[in-house]
Amino acid sequence: MSDTLEGTAHGNGSAYGSQPRKEDARFVRGLGTFVDDLALPGMLHGAVLRSPLAHAKVVSVDASAALAHPKVKAVITGETLAQRGMAWMPTPSHDTQAVLATDKVRFQGQEVAFVVAEDRYAARDALELIDVEYEPLPAVVDARQALSPDAPVVRDDRPGQENNHIFDWESGDAQRVAEVFAEADVVVEQDMLYPRVHPAPLETCGIVADMDPVSERLTVWSTAQAPHTHRSLYAQLTGIPEHRIRVIAKDIGGGFGNKVGVYPGYVCAIVASMITGCPVKWIEDRSENLMSTAFARDYHMRGEIAARADGTILGLRVRVLADHGAFNATAQPSRFPAGFFGVFTGSYDLQAAHCAVTGVYTNKAPGGVAYSCSFRITEAVYLVERMVDLLAGELDMDPAELRMRNLLRPEQFPYDTATGWRYDSGDYPRALAKALELAKYDDLRAEQAARRERGELMGIGLSFFTEAVGAGPRKYMDMFGFGMADGAELRIHPSGTAVVRLSCMSQGQGHETTFAQLVAQELGIGVDAVDVVQGDTDHTPFGVGTYGSRSIAVSGAAVVTVARQVRERARLIAAAMLEVSPDDLEWGDGRWFVRGDEELGYTLAEIARVAHSSFEPPEGVDAHLNAVTVYNPPNLTFPFGAYLCVVDVDPDTGQVKVRRFVAVDDCGVRINPMIVDGQIHRGLADGIGMALMEQIAFDADGNHLGGSFMDYLLPTALECPSWELGQTVTPSPHHPVGAKGIGEAATVGSPAAVVNAVMDALRPYGVRHADMPLTPAAVWRAIQGRPLRSDVAIT
Amino acid sequence: MQVPAQFEYERATSIAHAVQLLGKYNGAGRLIAGGHSLIPMMKLRLARPEVLIDINEVAELGGISRVDGELRVGALVRHTELLDDDEVAQLFPILRDAEKVIADPIVRNRGTVGGSVCQADPSEDLSAAFSALRAYAVVQGAETQRIVPLRDFFVGPYETVVGPGELLVELRVPVRTGGSSAFLKVSRRAGDWAVGAVGAAVWLDGDVITEVGIGLSALGARNFVAVEAEDFLRGRSVSADVLGEAGRIAAEHCDPPVDQRGPADYKRHLAATLVTRALQLACRRAGREV
Repeated sequence: MSDTLEGTAHGNGSAYGSQPRKEDARFVRGLGTFVDDLALPGMLHGAVLRSPLAHAKVVSVDASAALAHPKVKAVITGETLAQRGMAWMPTPSHDTQAVLATDKVRFQGQEVAFVVAEDRYAARDALELIDVEYEPLPAVVDARQALSPDAPVVRDDRPGQENNHIFDWESGDAQRVAEVFAEADVVVEQDMLYPRVHPAPLETCGIVADMDPVSERLTVWSTAQAPHTHRSLYAQLTGIPEHRIRVIAKDIGGGFGNKVGVYPGYVCAIVASMITGCPVKWIEDRSENLMSTAFARDYHMRGEIAARADGTILGLRVRVLADHGAFNATAQPSRFPAGFFGVFTGSYDLQAAHCAVTGVYTNKAPGGVAYSCSFRITEAVYLVERMVDLLAGELDMDPAELRMRNLLRPEQFPYDTATGWRYDSGDYPRALAKALELAKYDDLRAEQAARRERGELMGIGLSFFTEAVGAGPRKYMDMFGFGMADGAELRIHPSGTAVVRLSCMSQGQGHETTFAQLVAQELGIGVDAVDVVQGDTDHTPFGVGTYGSRSIAVSGAAVVTVARQVRERARLIAAAMLEVSPDDLEWGDGRWFVRGDEELGYTLAEIARVAHSSFEPPEGVDAHLNAVTVYNPPNLTFPFGAYLCVVDVDPDTGQVKVRRFVAVDDCGVRINPMIVDGQIHRGLADGIGMALMEQIAFDADGNHLGGSFMDYLLPTALECPSWELGQTVTPSPHHPVGAKGIGEAATVGSPAAVVNAVMDALRPYGVRHADMPLTPAAVWRAIQGRPLRSDVAIT
Repeated sequence: MQVPAQFEYERATSIAHAVQLLGKYNGAGRLIAGGHSLIPMMKLRLARPEVLIDINEVAELGGISRVDGELRVGALVRHTELLDDDEVAQLFPILRDAEKVIADPIVRNRGTVGGSVCQADPSEDLSAAFSALRAYAVVQGAETQRIVPLRDFFVGPYETVVGPGELLVELRVPVRTGGSSAFLKVSRRAGDWAVGAVGAAVWLDGDVITEVGIGLSALGARNFVAVEAEDFLRGRSVSADVLGEAGRIAAEHCDPPVDQRGPADYKRHLAATLVTRALQLACRRAGREV
């Protein structure tokens, strides 16, 4: 079902293509090295005491009984940290977050104390010996109540903070929107919630911190998607100079954004190692991961879409209430408090658009954008794709036809959106047409009509998405004040094999294979001849890590750039070897050769050997074949795709069965199509999970109702159909090989297709909308006209 | 990491030995078989037994057999054994239906029939299935053995008649001809606990229902059964209306718990739907199309 690569100017050569992942040789043997596999001599074990209450004053913390436990080495409390000025830490969104509570606890599961013991059993036992006196406070759980005058104030630690308001942010042109709405024949409005969900990586977060009291060097092994950022933050927090801190991320068992930030447990383990002089391990358990680490979404949205009677969409207006939890710790480029939500105009040619987002504090865990979301594009795509379907329903138009009528046309690229984004490249109608063709759309609609006659509920849902990935241009984006450029270093050994050092860090994406393919392609050497080094701040160049689908888009571009620099150096040396002008040389089949005389030339390996020999390089040319670069992306890349989902719904039980899922993705040039397909499979499963089962709700007291895998459901193979993938290839014009990121596209695009399909199935009942997750109960209640709320406990 | 509190460990070698160990620790010991409920509860420290008495090597507790007109299922029979047994599936399709949707293969490989029933989780599937079949539980104490109808076995959530010095030895299901059975479950995802599940067994004489058993799980039915619906059906001729009414009666007598799996009105509706559908399927399997 694969097309041949189009856009051949952008490197489709022998090194690209599907091939098994290098890293799988160890993974399939169970020989990966994860943080919890690490055992150092004299290592101690930490455990975190967490608040059982969502909101309470901390009156006292008495650790004396725990300290009397024979195996306990230390107990760290908020007080311990306050003495070192470390009770609070900065967040990526210019807020602060409590490392250990001193004044209040602000969400259930918040960190209160940290026990260090000889083994993990004793550490857990000792948690029960710590006596914390709480004075319970009313909790604010419902984001819609957060700004009411009688709501309890979550962040009374912040000077001048007298309510739960965090920010107001706008994008687009409100005036222009008002004008086009006034001209419209039809305006459709809908409230919708993108519920709070969790990335839930199979490996939870963890750390081993080892402070060497003699060398005063701190070594940290952790599950860090962004090792360099972590190092800088640790330096800032502890006062240890940056060059004496080394952060190492070995294998990571999934991240999805969950492992971008620094968590209190990490800081506590570091302090514990500083206090005890021993290495300290802390591994989060499943409930801790689900209850306290970075969640995603929790966007209460109101969309309005305006159109002419013929289906021409004119404008879109969105109002969002964003629940950020107790601390504003969303990990996203700081210039936009709502991340990249401004892409909510989606894939359509709109005259005007405007959104207004208000962020609020609640007594819930902090976090915000984690979970394969490209910094809020998931919410934006869901919103616009639901609105387009609602409009189709209102106009009684086929949703495919309505989309085709309004999609951006290829000649409009690069396209400047009504909210200030420049889409780099795309052929949207081609992708949608392909999805419809793969699905045999007309046949599906005919089948649906026949089934409706028999009283059976079948639904067909479409979604078309535009992603914005590869953050990002340094002048617009930063994280913790660090510009989002990526370094790369390449060294060719005398024999012509290579080692490339990345600033990003795989959590399962296959960097060791894909990045080797990039280098191999540029230098004409074997993929096996390229070693990829990542995840060690002592051995890799600076960069802000892997998330937001930025690895290929930014780090990949850095690697291609550095490989081309090496190739150019090789050209100069080859020219000297051949005693010709570099201008007379041509690159092809992995060799520099004299133009017009292909016999006369050298491979990279031959050049490398000479470059390391007694051969005198030409004046001004360094010997050896090494290079270092930093890539600052000129723009984001904009992958896109057309998805189609077919469901069957049982009206009496409310059960939804996803029968088919067709996904046509365009992520530009594909380096390793097998890995790309794997990424898409994962994201589609994610989409089914979010659409049908994943949710974190809270009861009125702020108790977390999704704190285990019995309560927080991840989809299994049984909920997933056999994915039907297709592709188009529209290279990015500014990426050196035309690639765009693919890590999150399917997560972004798929939930809307599933929900649209279920709503399409329920059309005979007049159902317009129901919020995710569409559990059996939620679907049945929607049919009854009494939809469930998915952010609060079911009553 | 979640780790349990400290506990002692004993390994029983026979039923008598297990009973003796239970007596020795006088209520402080907990039997462990598959451990798929107990160990997670211990890791969360919701359960803190002082002693675990491991019965996994007690061979007498295993095995499925047919003796004197009864199907006997040892307490230590793993879910997967019950699932794979063709004679069981032929006699009582309800059991294979139920086992197919209990948790996942990993749990089924280790989890036991006796453990499931003794856990008395209100959402447990086999409790409903065996109750529908009017099974008996054989309970061994230090002095005596008791045979308890399964419908009298459950005292309440997570509580059974098995005393501190006793253990469940086996379940016995009377084998009767002229009927069939079925089990249906709605869950949010494969492997999740039931939002609601219903097992039904019917015995027919022509069109007339001579005996019927209806078991419900997760729907707040007393002792996992719908006695009122059974009473309604007994002696009536099979029809779509009659089976529909049985569903309505069963739902009326349920008191479904409200949780994140659904509100009470939905679960009550689900009870009616599943009771009717399970009865229809059981009748169809017994040769009577509805």
